[in-house]
Order: sequence, then C-alpha cells, then structure tokens
Amino acid sequence: MKHLRLMGTTALAAMLGVMPAVAQIAELGTPEGKLNIVAWPGYIERGETMAEFDWVTKFEEATGCMVQVKTANTSDEMVALMNEGGFDLVTASGDASLRLVAGQRVQPINLSLIPSWGTVDDRLKDAPWYVVDGVHYGVPYQWGPNVLMYNTEVFGDSPPTSWNVVFEEMDLPDGKTNKGRVQAYDGPIHIADAAQYLMFHKPELGITSPYELNQEQYDAALDVLRVQRTLTARYWHDAFIQMDDFRNEGMAASGTWPFQVNLLQADGVPVASVIPQEGATGWADTSMLHVNAENTTCAYLWMEHTLASNLQADLSVWFGANPVVPAACTDGRGMQTAEGCTKNGFDDFERIRFWTTPVTKCESQGECVPYYRWVSDYIGVIGGR
Amino acid sequence: MTLAAQPSDRTPATPSAILPERGAGDRVSALLWRHPNLLLAALLILPLGWLVVVYLGSLSALLLQSFYSIDEFSGQIRREFTLSTYAELFRPANLDIIIRTVAMSAAVTLGAVVIAFPIAYFAARYARGHWKALFYLGVMLPLWSSYLVKVYAWKLILAREGIITWATDGIGASAVLNGILALPVIGGTSLSTSYIGTWLVFLYVWLPYMILPMQASLERVPQSMLEASADLGASRWQTMRTVIFPLALPGIIAGSIFTFSLTMGDYIIPQIVGSSRRFIGQAVYQLQGTAGNIPLAAAFAVVPIVIMLIYLTIARRKGAFDAL
Repeated sequence: MKHLRLMGTTALAAMLGVMPAVAQIAELGTPEGKLNIVAWPGYIERGETMAEFDWVTKFEEATGCMVQVKTANTSDEMVALMNEGGFDLVTASGDASLRLVAGQRVQPINLSLIPSWGTVDDRLKDAPWYVVDGVHYGVPYQWGPNVLMYNTEVFGDSPPTSWNVVFEEMDLPDGKTNKGRVQAYDGPIHIADAAQYLMFHKPELGITSPYELNQEQYDAALDVLRVQRTLTARYWHDAFIQMDDFRNEGMAASGTWPFQVNLLQADGVPVASVIPQEGATGWADTSMLHVNAENTTCAYLWMEHTLASNLQADLSVWFGANPVVPAACTDGRGMQTAEGCTKNGFDDFERIRFWTTPVTKCESQGECVPYYRWVSDYIGVIGGR
Repeated sequence: MTLAAQPSDRTPATPSAILPERGAGDRVSALLWRHPNLLLAALLILPLGWLVVVYLGSLSALLLQSFYSIDEFSGQIRREFTLSTYAELFRPANLDIIIRTVAMSAAVTLGAVVIAFPIAYFAARYARGHWKALFYLGVMLPLWSSYLVKVYAWKLILAREGIITWATDGIGASAVLNGILALPVIGGTSLSTSYIGTWLVFLYVWLPYMILPMQASLERVPQSMLEASADLGASRWQTMRTVIFPLALPGIIAGSIFTFSLTMGDYIIPQIVGSSRRFIGQAVYQLQGTAGNIPLAAAFAVVPIVIMLIYLTIARRKGAFDAL
C-alpha cells in the first residue's frame, strides 16, 4: 500500500507537470470482450452473494464483455489502483473523483455515446464532484445520505428531529440519559457532521461548507466532538459491528448509512431513521473512465448499462442507496419502489452535503484545515484530548 | 609432520575405494566438499537475500519515511531530513496512544503469566499420556479457528446484553459487575466497550503463546533438583520460589516477548472490542490511509520496534534465549 501510494504520488506529480490534453472518444468500436472495474465491496454483484442481486450476468451475455472487479476499501486505494493503471473504470466517491481528475487519470466522457444519459437525475447532471469546467469526467453511479438511526422503543412517539441527541448530553424520551447509548462514525470525516450541526445552530461562525473550515470553525467543531466523546461508548467503523451494537449493546441513536437501517429492520430490530433538521452528510459515487483504458467500448457499454438496466434499482435496494436515474424508483425495472427510494433519502437531496476531501486551498475562504489534520485531531478527540 | 605427507605408507592402497568422476554432479559435489564456504554461501544466499532485500529493505524504507515531514499548510510530504515528525510523537494525543498501547501490552503480559503458569506447570509436571495430548489440544485449539471469529465471538460474550451480564444477573452478582464497570479509566458502559474487555480478549487470543514456551522451560527443570530441594528441608513454596521459578524464568520471558509484541502490534481487537481509543497499530493504519501522513505513520511504527529492542536486550541479559 505504501509503495502504491508512493508510486501514485510520483505519477500524480509527473502528470500535473505535463498536463497532456486528453480528448474524449468520438465513436464506439467493437466490444473488446473484457472490462476491468475498481469498485467498492458490494457494488458490483453477479448473484454470488445472493442470487437475486445480479446486475452483471445479463450485461456479459448481451455485450460479450467479461467483467472483472477489483474491490477497494478506501478512496485512497482506489486512487492508487487507478494511478497504477490496468483498469478501465472506477466507482469513485466525491473525495477520490476530483483527485483523479486533477491527476489526469480519467478521461472526459462523450455523453452522446450514452443513450440513457437523458434519464439521469437532473440534480446530478452537473454535480461539481465530477464535472470540471463544464467537462463531464464520468457518469453518476449511486448516492446515499448518512442518516440518524434511532431505536424506536427508546424514542417511542417522538422520533429525534435534531442531531443533538448524539452531540449533547440529554435525557431521551424513555427517561434515561443518552450517555453511553449513542455512537458516532470513527472516520475523521465525522468532523464534517459536527460542522454541519454548527452551521445550523451557530450561524455566527459563518460556516458555508462543512468540508471547508477555517481554524476557528474547525476548533468549534472539535469542541462539539469532545462533548460527544463523553457520550459515546464506542465509535463505529464496521457496518456489521454497529448493527451488532444496536442489537445487544442497547444503543439508542447513531449516525449511520441506510444500509444498516434496512438490514436491522429486516431482522426485526426496532430501529428507524431520519434526516434531522440540520440536514445530513452523504456520498455520491461516479463511474469514471481511465485515461489509458484498454476496453473503452466495453466501458461505454457498461456505463450505459448502469443507467438503463436493473442495476440502479437493485443496487439501491442492496446497498440502501439511491438510484441516479429517478425512473428506477418507480418503473419496476428492478426491486426498488417509490417508498424504498423515499426511505433511502431520495427526496432529501437538497439537504445532503456530499463528501469531499478537505483541502488547504478551499473555495469558500482563503485557507482551510486540510484532511491530514482532521485525521490526527480526530484520533486525539477519540482518545479524550 | 610426516604422517600426513605419507598416507600411502600407513594405509594400503585401495584403488577400488576411490571411484573415477562420473560427470558434472560429482565435480560440483567435490568442489563443494573442498570449499565448504561455497556450500554455506549457496545455502544462505536465498534466505539472506530475502532477509536483506525484503525485510531490511522495507524496514529501512520505513525508517527513511519517518525522517520526512508533512508540510503543515499544503499537506505535501517534504522529503528532507528532519526530526520534527518524531517530535510530533510527543504531542499529548500521540503520547497517549503510546502509553495506552504499552500499558495494555504490559497488563496483557502480566495477566498471561499469572494464568498460564499453573496451566503450564500442571502440563509439564503432572499431565501424562492422554492428559498430555488433551492439554496440547486444549491449548492449540483456539489457534485453529480464525482470529476474527474469536474476536467477534468475544464481542458477543462481553456485550451489555451478552452472556456475562445475563449470568451475573442470574446469580445476583450484577452489583459486582456494575462496580467493576464503574471503575475510572478501565471501566465503561459495558465490558465490550471498556479496557477490561479489550484486555480480556487480548489475554484469550495470546495465551497459547505464553503457555507453550513456559511449559517447555518447566519441563527442563530436572526432577533431581526438586528432590534435592526437598531433602534440604525446603517447603513446597520455597522450592517453587527459589528453584522452579528462577529456572523457568527464561521460558516466561520468551512467552512474554510474544504476548507483549503481539499486543503492541495488533490493530483489530481494539477496533472491535473497546472504547475506540486508538492503539499504535490503529494509528498507523489510519495515518497512512487517506490522511497521507506517511511520515507520522512511519514514526509511530518505529515506536514498537524501539520498545521491543529494549525489551529484547533485557530479556537476553536474563537468558531468555538460552531456552530457545
């Protein structure tokens, strides 16, 4: 991994220096017979985990492009793999996508070669995490919010309306304190959730984006998190461990993904989720095409497939996410339904601030606290500093 | 000396015993026989090459990284020699991590010694035949199942609504459990979110590594010495304290090297069981990830190496490696 990173940064530096002009392709050739994709675990299913979740087999039959998937667990691994080369597509999240564009690792997409482009959600067509200077460097793949999950037995008839149940000490509707009964994500990006909370409750700080914080705003967010530390018995890292904690550690509330909420509800655990008044953070992933992709035609066919097939609907059910094609919620192409989309936060797009990597040179103000400091400071906060 | 110069005078010539060379194989074998160093070199080149290139190579790459630093403003790695990254280790939050990890390693090691000694003693001195086989099976069995499975199982055992809480409730001892959990620092809302839980799981997972070397060294304590000690009028306790324990010490230290270093390097157990406060392994993992703070991750990785070097030096003085 370290070597990969090293190679990655070196390649990146070399690329930035040269800045080759990359053109999009003008027309499709004959399918090359194979396709290599870097993806999040669980993102590209061919019915091997559960038979009914399959959005690859039909594509292979129709196009003859055999799909090879390399899973990556972090955005960082994705960027490293793409820098290394040998892959055609990547399902990049908001933090990885701009790095890939900046590093010239991905090529612009000729949207006229993707017939279903018109069906893509208008809210995503020009999203800033993959469209740079009006050029599209990919096709949206799937998105989802980080919701507030709560135990319905604890909250009863009064579901939480604010993130304060995980940020401030208080008595929950069942009469007991929330101390020791709430969780938080143990990734440093959780600082953004605290910043978003402050955006709503302390407008005088002047936060315009939870990912772009100056020193003062950042310190205020850390103070919120220090209070949270006193309430949190354990931070969650692994989705399945968190589900376990809601089953047998008596957890009352936590930020989470719809994925866990759906699985727990399917198991009969009394939980539900909301997007509170402050809004929520979220993730939005994009299929991006490698600048030196060998199987360009297959890649274009796949991108069309991601939009036109059962993929959007079934993946959104599988992952607790949202389709980037609104019709997939309703037209019965897969298992997703209008209610399912609503549950996964489809109607709350405007209230979600999508994940991007905090950088020093930020747009909203002169200088922001960069991500590597988020990491070391969050370690400190969890350690009780 | 003339003896060597005139062998034929002493031994009758036996031409049938010295066979003519039968090809390349014989020549190679003769060459290696005449130059034993050549044989040694041929045998060692692969393992040594592995050690130097792969092991020491990556280690020195790591060391090199730890002398770089990260630019406070741009977040880029500055490839210039500096000690500032090491100075960062002494920031309170980072120092916490080091102290936490070392304290946990020490506690796990002590606990393992206390629990493993009676087991190893029984196995070495009293278990025979089937019992001995059963002992080996019992000690090794946990090592056969996946590490992750065991840790997840422990998470369930220790959970607030898990079997321990249930059992203590059942026997009316929940006040004791709550009392333990109310302890400052090591307590928490449940065993699975407290340091006690982390400690228990570490102890369980690494215990075989303490029992086995301890048992090996206990078996080497000669029976005659115990008899001599008894003949001289020593009580059982005196024999244990002044004869058996000192003689078994190298094995105990050898075992403690395992438990100590394994605890120090682990980053999975504290992530699953415990209060989410970071240990060194977790910090390294996180810093080298998206954070891209490889210098600090490398500096953190050097910490266990240094601690283990000190530990091994002390252990060697105590003769821990004589038993290996």
